[in-house]
Amino acid sequence: MSASSELRIMRGREWSRPVRPARREVLSAVPELEEGRPPLLFVPGFGHGAWAFAEHWLGHVASRGFPAYAVSLRGHGGSEPAPEATLRAYAHDVVQVAASLPRQAVLVGHGAGALVVAHALARYPARGAVLVAPVFGGWGVLGAALRRNPAGTLPAVFGGPLRLNRGQLFSRELPDEEARRYVGRLGRAGRRAQWALLGEPEAEPAVGAPPVLVLGSPDDRVVPASTLTRVARRYGSAPLLFPGMGHDLMLDARWAEPIDAILDWLEKEPVAH
Amino acid sequence: MSTSTDHGRPDPEATSPAANSDGRPVSDRGDTVCVIGAGASGLTAIKNLREHGFGVDCYERETGVGGAWNWRHDRSPVYASTHLISSKPFTQFPDFPMPDSWPDYPHHGQLLSYFERYADHFDLRSHIWFGTEVIRVEPVDGDRWDVTTRSTGGYGPERTARYAAVVIANGHNWSPKLPRYEGLEEFRGEIMHASSYKDPAQLRGKRVLVVGAGNTGCDIAVEAAQQASRCWHSTRRGYWYAPKYVLGRPADQVNDSLLALRVPLRVRQWLYHWTLRLTVGDLTRFGLPKPDHRVYETHPIANSQLVYYVGHGGIGPVPDVARFHPYAVELADGREIDPEVVVFATGYLPRFEFLDASVFADSAGTGRPTLWLNAFTPGHPTLAVAGLLQPDSGLFTLSHWQTVLFARLLQARRDRPERATAFASRVRERAGERYSGPVKDSSRHWFEVGHADYLRAIQRALVELEGK
Ligand SMILES: Cc1cc2nc3c(=O)[nH]c(=O)nc-3n(C[C@H](O)[C@H](O)[C@H](O)COP(=O)(O)OP(=O)(O)OC[C@H]3O[C@@H](n4cnc5c(N)ncnc54)[C@H](O)[C@@H]3O)c2cc1C
Ligand SMILES: NC(=O)c1ccc[n+]([C@@H]2O[C@H](COP(=O)([O-])OP(=O)(O)OC[C@H]3O[C@@H](n4cnc5c(N)ncnc54)[C@H](OP(=O)(O)O)[C@@H]3O)[C@@H](O)[C@H]2O)c1
Repeated sequence: MSASSELRIMRGREWSRPVRPARREVLSAVPELEEGRPPLLFVPGFGHGAWAFAEHWLGHVASRGFPAYAVSLRGHGGSEPAPEATLRAYAHDVVQVAASLPRQAVLVGHGAGALVVAHALARYPARGAVLVAPVFGGWGVLGAALRRNPAGTLPAVFGGPLRLNRGQLFSRELPDEEARRYVGRLGRAGRRAQWALLGEPEAEPAVGAPPVLVLGSPDDRVVPASTLTRVARRYGSAPLLFPGMGHDLMLDARWAEPIDAILDWLEKEPVAH
Repeated sequence: MSTSTDHGRPDPEATSPAANSDGRPVSDRGDTVCVIGAGASGLTAIKNLREHGFGVDCYERETGVGGAWNWRHDRSPVYASTHLISSKPFTQFPDFPMPDSWPDYPHHGQLLSYFERYADHFDLRSHIWFGTEVIRVEPVDGDRWDVTTRSTGGYGPERTARYAAVVIANGHNWSPKLPRYEGLEEFRGEIMHASSYKDPAQLRGKRVLVVGAGNTGCDIAVEAAQQASRCWHSTRRGYWYAPKYVLGRPADQVNDSLLALRVPLRVRQWLYHWTLRLTVGDLTRFGLPKPDHRVYETHPIANSQLVYYVGHGGIGPVPDVARFHPYAVELADGREIDPEVVVFATGYLPRFEFLDASVFADSAGTGRPTLWLNAFTPGHPTLAVAGLLQPDSGLFTLSHWQTVLFARLLQARRDRPERATAFASRVRERAGERYSGPVKDSSRHWFEVGHADYLRAIQRALVELEGK
């Protein structure tokens, strides 16, 4: 995908080569009382599935009155295997699920899922978007990963799986046994999508001018604080920070704090009338 | 089946009472924009205007959304078997895809549910007054508009409201074009226009003549081939009958691969002729006339079954109708045939019966306004028409971008008036511009557009409006 800051109207190449459909896993938790609030659609990062949000966040969101959904990108979690998946196919998966929801959705992407969300925003006018510990790619991210976890990262450079370890994903507060269980569930993204990350694929501008919130942890070992600031600036804001947490904010010991902050933001923004 | 009747209408209360030129009360709706029609084009107008921060009142004469695709509507041109001719990527709105689980060419019932979901997803219904017909649209001082409405069918009082801008999205496939023939009044058989053809049961067991080979005529001829006891298909020229699939993919997707590479028209025409020769072959062997034009010079026909049924004898191609006799139809070559039912699939004509002819500078009432981008009228910077296009592809992407452009123009009028003024002078200079290669002269071709040429023109207009 080429860098472009301009609205793109002609998409001949995309129209003539539509993304091949793939069976998708969507997990959800909806509030008992329908209150007309916008649904949240969670998009996991590479290697994670919808399960990562089903652990804590989906139920919590529903208990605060917002319908909550999480999709597994193709090749992840319970979705159809897709070793050749591209970033475009992932964005397609997100837009398909968003458009199937009864009302205009808020997209919440985590890790590289935030990059997928940024691309989806150019193809779906979301009510709002939240980028959690966004991995937008580039050699800097690779460098950091190589330093922290060379054995898990190096194979990915040659098309092998990217293996994230406990130290990268969680704080010490999370009990070992839980952390081991989560790491054991991690899968991998498609080779082509992983490579695309290195090119720092610039997303086209969002349609419908949605408000965007960026949040993360200054102690994240995957996404440096400088990246959080840079991504937030691109959307005209500053990041919300949760010190002491690991990259997987939705699974780490203090998972409730970031999601409460997201919902507070939604309640304050005009997006949630 | 769900109905889309909606009673949660907005109430355009007078914010400040005024009166129009003949002293009738007018409720002033301030900066609100009026949208006429809640078909595909009207819905996307509401959505995009709302997205750009404008208030919208939409008036829809029917009780539901979807326009032509809501076949319960009395003016819907859709028949039971209608499927799309443009494949999904070309048909869906660019920011609201159709489900992956739908086929390449969805059925009209799926299309209606798509528009209903679009309306619900973006919460559009609360801006629509259903069962309300627009009967007059008049320009007033300050580039504003007085819009007069009443309940559909002429019941109830008239109401007039004043708007900052108007989008006309009243569709152009509902007012039948019926040709005149000598002796037609004396003909004893049944005569109908395709707009009142709904179900193949209307043809079952009868001798049927179908006139016209637009997509409607071809679809109906195919149904007659299966249901009627006999089917003649009359055309006044030869056409290129393109299959819906070529080279293993939907034909429009193959075509756009070439467009994306900017292959010149001549080369694309040559490739298309060559593909057709390999797939459907030379049709004159069936008695079909040789096309009097190159492919893309008439509105494309996408129908894989017509040639199949001609080849099986189910459809008998015949030339133009010369005149009618009480029990027979005389053809241009002198032959006589004896149909019991004649279906005129001779198309539709655009109509703007609520608009004074002076607005479109169309005093002859031809229904062919001279517009820029088929949307903008010289001298009326706050008026736009959406969907007045006959694309070689799906319409909805085009009306989406038309209404985005109009919303941005209205924003520019407010925030950067010099940009809007420059836009207005471009409208005057370029009104009447065409966005297709050469086309055959016919009442249906003056607004034929090639989707790629047209969308590129919209893109340029947006850049000119907002660029440095
Ligand atoms: C059989 C058939 C098949 C087609 N297939 C395709 C296809 O495959 N792909 C494609 O892109 N296009 C197709 N078309 C073209 C079709 O016209 C468009 O798809 C589409 O319906 C146009 O949408 P619209 O909103 O512009 O007009 P419409 O759908 O006609 O909607 C206009 C709306 O305005 C309302 N209205 C009109 N006048 C007034 C008034 N005075 N006051 C209040 N309300 C008013 C009407 O009730 C209607 O709801 C097909 C057309 C036909 C006839
Ligand atoms: N399945 C689908 O999705 C589908 C189905 C039907 C229609 N549509 C769309 O709906 C729109 C309308 O289509 P349509 O087929 O109803 O109308 P159309 O495209 O206007 O076709 C009318 C046909 O009638 C002929 N005709 C017109 N006046 C005539 C006359 N006086 N004498 C003899 N023949 C005459 C025309 O011939 P000329 O060649 O001389 O003009 C043409 O063949 C088009 O955009 C079409 O693509 C889509």
